[in-house]
Amino acid sequence: MEQFLQQMASGLANGAIYACVALALVMIFVSTDHINFAQGEMAMFSTYLSWQLMTWGANFWVAFVAAVLLSFVLGVVIERVVLRPLHTAPVLSIVVVFIGLLAICNSVAGAIWSYLLKEFPSPFPKTDFGIPGLIGPHQLGVVVITLLVLTALFVFFRYTPLGLAMRAAAQNPQMARLVGVRVDWMLALGWGLAAAVGAVAGIMVAHIVYLDPNMMGGILLYAFASALVGGISNPGGAVAGGFIVGVLENLVAYLGSQLEKTTGVYIIGNGEKLTVALIIVIFVLTVKPAGLFGRVVVKRV
Amino acid sequence: MAALLEVKGLKAFYGQTQALHDVGFDIEAGGITTLLGANGAGKTTTLRAICNMVRTEGSVRFDGAEIRGRATEEVVRLSIAHIPEGRGTFTTLTVEENLRIAAYTRRDRAGIAADLDRVFSYFPRLKERVQQQAGTLSGGEQQMLAIARALMLKPRLMLLDEPSFGLAPLIVQEIFRIMRRINQEDKVSMLLVEQNAALALDLADHAYVLETGRVVMSGPSSVVKNDENVRKSYLGY
Repeated sequence: MEQFLQQMASGLANGAIYACVALALVMIFVSTDHINFAQGEMAMFSTYLSWQLMTWGANFWVAFVAAVLLSFVLGVVIERVVLRPLHTAPVLSIVVVFIGLLAICNSVAGAIWSYLLKEFPSPFPKTDFGIPGLIGPHQLGVVVITLLVLTALFVFFRYTPLGLAMRAAAQNPQMARLVGVRVDWMLALGWGLAAAVGAVAGIMVAHIVYLDPNMMGGILLYAFASALVGGISNPGGAVAGGFIVGVLENLVAYLGSQLEKTTGVYIIGNGEKLTVALIIVIFVLTVKPAGLFGRVVVKRV
Repeated sequence: MAALLEVKGLKAFYGQTQALHDVGFDIEAGGITTLLGANGAGKTTTLRAICNMVRTEGSVRFDGAEIRGRATEEVVRLSIAHIPEGRGTFTTLTVEENLRIAAYTRRDRAGIAADLDRVFSYFPRLKERVQQQAGTLSGGEQQMLAIARALMLKPRLMLLDEPSFGLAPLIVQEIFRIMRRINQEDKVSMLLVEQNAALALDLADHAYVLETGRVVMSGPSSVVKNDENVRKSYLGY
């Protein structure tokens, strides 16, 4: 039982990370209809920025805030410089640009910081934090920080004029222009926010998976699965999807290990976690294409 | 007195296709002007051209300043409110959010609150539905929302594209009554595009008739109304 609860708790911690990256994907998807395949690598790059600041002597939280802000600026710049000229380009060209961005982030990070695994510190106190036997200090910290970030974003989008303008621009860009919203800037802001949220996820997960240029590859797949489970056009759904996928993969690993104990045969376990995520993607796409919380878009023709 | 909006030699293009050839007209401050014409004459395109939503050539002057070629959102910020055909509702936002988004460019909180009260006095029905998702409103309510939203911009000029489209006659009458009140009480000038020519000529004080992207006739509504060709082509008697 204790092991089960531990697995669930660590599933929530992983889920929090997936939720952040999934939210970043959804933020860009709702306003542009594109999945940013480079989201994970951008987050990885941000994590390196924070690591660099820490090796220069910055305190963890200073480096954290600075890296998140830098990522925001980088996100805005990428949209304005790289994607702006492609606004009317066909989808495939944009996909190629995303893959290019992915490769560039990856190889630039590798060139600057090398491909060797690096240890990444945890900012949370080893004692007095976490619940012994249930959830470790870093895992609890990850859940708390991501929940804070998600709440802040929710408040921003729900209650501020700028958040409202961004939602309006995503929902109906032409009409948003007709009420004076500078839609192009809203897109760039969305990119900035997505990059910042991704940075939070990267910096939080680096202590668990270690820092290296390929650290976000698997996580992006999980996040994609989360976004699809929740409904790719629904930010709240993507967050819920993140937690669902996180818990589900640990549940599968746990049940697998129990099965192995009782039957002595290894059927499914830790090694198959990623497979499970991909099965979820395919399953959702076949059975409920709009996701658990997504709305089916009906177009009048 | 110079006109509020002066359009001269306006051409508009969709890709290679030219939709407007040399359209010109003036809108007097405080008046209601209507554009009449058959389907495809270029009425909607004219409104879109004023807001730079299509590629244009020629001249559009608002309050004496050239605005042709300025980005749509910058034209709107000069206090020109465009209510597009199909009403342009933000369907996933609430009624209140649909109204607040139009005040996004304004910083006078007290003025915004006062204007919200004012539009609710014009459209009490919207007040009852203030927290409802705008996509769930009826067609008439969405048209009211579109006009209310335009008012939140504190416009000097309103461009209305077929406000009567798809609505029951009673609702249309109500909406046209409110448009007249907005024109008189809020001093908002209007450019009205309407299929229902009789209705439009009753409301407007000036009319222009478009045919295949050109102005073929213009004058005070009372004169245009009695023109034989207009009667035969657009009024049906």
